[in-house]
Amino acid sequence: MAHPSNNRSSNSVHIRNGRIICARQKLDEISDLLIIDGRIAAMGPAGKLAVSNEDIPALDVSGKVVLPGFVDMQVNVGEPGEEHKETLATASAAAAAGGITTIVTTPDTDPVIDDPALVDFMLRRARDTAIVKVHPSAALTKGQAGKEMTEFGLLKEAGAVAFSSGHRALENAVILRRALTYARDFDSLIIHHAEDPNLAADGVMNEGENASRLGLPGIPHEAELIMIDRDIRMAALTQSRCHIAQLSTAAGVAAIRTAKAAGIPVTAGVSINHLSLNEIDIGGYRTFFKLSPPLRLEDDRQALIDGVADGTIDVVVSNHDPQNVEAKRHPFAEAESGAIGLETLFSAAMRLVHDERLSLLDLVRAVSDTPARLLGLPAGSLEVGTDADIAIADLNEPWIASEDQFRSRSKNTAFEDARFSGRIVQTFVSGQSVFSLDQA
Amino acid sequence: MHFWRLRDQKFVLKRLLLMSTLKTPPFFPHRHLLGIEGLSPQDIAALLDFAEEEIDVSRQVEKKKSVLRGRTQINLFFEASTRTQSSFELAGKRLGADVMNMSVSSSSVKKGETLVDTAMTLNAMNPDILVMRHHSAGAAALLAQQVDCSVINAGDGAHEHPTQALLDALTIRRHKGSLARLTVAICGDVLHSRVARSNILLLNAMDARVRVVAPSTLLPAGIERMGVEVFRDMKEGLQGADVVMMLRLQRERMAGAFVPSVREYFRYHGLDAEKLACARPDALVMHPGPMNRGVEIDPAIADGPNSVIREQVEMGVAVRMAVLEALSQHLPNRGGRG
Repeated sequence: MAHPSNNRSSNSVHIRNGRIICARQKLDEISDLLIIDGRIAAMGPAGKLAVSNEDIPALDVSGKVVLPGFVDMQVNVGEPGEEHKETLATASAAAAAGGITTIVTTPDTDPVIDDPALVDFMLRRARDTAIVKVHPSAALTKGQAGKEMTEFGLLKEAGAVAFSSGHRALENAVILRRALTYARDFDSLIIHHAEDPNLAADGVMNEGENASRLGLPGIPHEAELIMIDRDIRMAALTQSRCHIAQLSTAAGVAAIRTAKAAGIPVTAGVSINHLSLNEIDIGGYRTFFKLSPPLRLEDDRQALIDGVADGTIDVVVSNHDPQNVEAKRHPFAEAESGAIGLETLFSAAMRLVHDERLSLLDLVRAVSDTPARLLGLPAGSLEVGTDADIAIADLNEPWIASEDQFRSRSKNTAFEDARFSGRIVQTFVSGQSVFSLDQA
Repeated sequence: MHFWRLRDQKFVLKRLLLMSTLKTPPFFPHRHLLGIEGLSPQDIAALLDFAEEEIDVSRQVEKKKSVLRGRTQINLFFEASTRTQSSFELAGKRLGADVMNMSVSSSSVKKGETLVDTAMTLNAMNPDILVMRHHSAGAAALLAQQVDCSVINAGDGAHEHPTQALLDALTIRRHKGSLARLTVAICGDVLHSRVARSNILLLNAMDARVRVVAPSTLLPAGIERMGVEVFRDMKEGLQGADVVMMLRLQRERMAGAFVPSVREYFRYHGLDAEKLACARPDALVMHPGPMNRGVEIDPAIADGPNSVIREQVEMGVAVRMAVLEALSQHLPNRGGRG
């Protein structure tokens, strides 16, 4: 793990009168939080916390909420190889502005992160340039070619927190089986992109009436469902942890729900995009809404939200995927897929909270508590003794997302000009302020 | 002339004397040796006892007995094997048999003949003992059904390799006195290993405690029900072990298919000084050969003070002699020709 290195300011602070929400401790109360030397030292009723050291600066956050910093399990950074799209520095600045204090990078860079030396490179670059914590996930197969598994043991020792198939599914069930079996020995998490590549073929959006009207090749729901069913069977066979990176369909949610009820060690994520948008948003070929997996129907979106609320879906990710203008300024079918999302994750999720589709506690569980636990990271909670990775939010702050505010080097947002209520106002990593809206 | 004749006489006397001190083979109630499965602990102990006698023969200047004189032994090897084939050849020759080696590259199997056809053809040549190695499990049993002579399984697929297990047992017994209550860790590619299966059966029959240590990808399904304790972590698996048996990892299984790479395999499952330190200080280090130095075993350990790997080779000849001699009791016309 790479910690931010700059020690310019003190990393002790007394956060006062905040509404503290922590899913792991099932906490939602007005309290004071004392941070000393980068760690949460104490928590107590507002105004009653004994602060021995008068020098510790106080920060009054009356009316605001104090959340455990978010752990984003799926962040695409352009580094190494595509630094013109994003670097660890710009991605981490964007993350900090979104309340995300830990990012897990995807391995589909150039070169692919499939060697311990490359994990080491990522950690060194992150240590030198990033302002939030960075944990690389490593490739599941060498060169992401889908043929030979990578060195899970050595990569984990080097610092890889999970093994991901990236943007491609592992077509061959035997290779997935062996990878899951081998990963079990190291208690490693395998993250799989569940989309049958043959069924998806050259599809660029959800298959159905809309794709037909637009004249675009579609991807059927079954491309996801068949892969999820297979992965569930493989997780059951190997008794090894398999995480479906992103669900996009109602049937996929139902399949995971059934599998979990049967005790199969499978977990799932969903991107904030799929919780917020549906295929109608593509409108007249808007390439910023071209995503993988594709945006589906409104019924799917509703089922995905239900899945997060009832815990079937374990984590919500940004699936931050920076693409430069050139890559997006193409006819829809030829444009790159992906959208940035670090800076809008919380605000977009707050729409679901304001609509009473999701409780704040459910949201915090899905963006902080569970991802940290799945990855085995000491993060995602406000427990005393842990690193003070904290996001402070104003739940009702209105703002309009506009391209020029984004810290991300690429501007391909699916929320251009979106009106939000709720925003991150300050972010701490190990007790150090890495973002403050006042100073932005 | 007189001098020479005197020497001849002395030699004959010496041989007669020697032969009278050798034990006769134990009663062995099987016509074939197809696997360890089906052998009683008494059968195994008898073979091991008798193999001790054969060691003495192999250490003499005159390494010869005549129990198989006039008998024909055919070594039928469908898989290349320098070590096992030469061990069987030497064993047969030391017992006086006429030994013929057939290997797959020169045989009609390459021309499409089935195993049964090959067996019938060989059977027509009236061999007394067929030693077969084959790449398919159950091939030795199939051969035994088709021929009139004794069949020794020298390895069938991932099923059994009984003489390897016997020679391992002999090696252990000579160092530890007995197999009972010893903790034996079998480490490595258990999935593809006939050596592991035969050893598990034999060691369990002889009351040893058997562990297998391997990455999960190299463990067969249901192995824990074969009377072994399963370990994925080598240091845990070697804790307090009396014997560490390493298995060979085939080259084609190293890169990505079952384990990611040689360096990762060696790191977690190669026997080095650090891992061996978890075993008892007097632990025996064994390997059926041929070794991949630096893959499953550190060269320093392979040649180190705990290693009995070269001794295993010597025991191999003795055990095979014992098996051949034990089976010879069931050959037709016993006493008529010998």
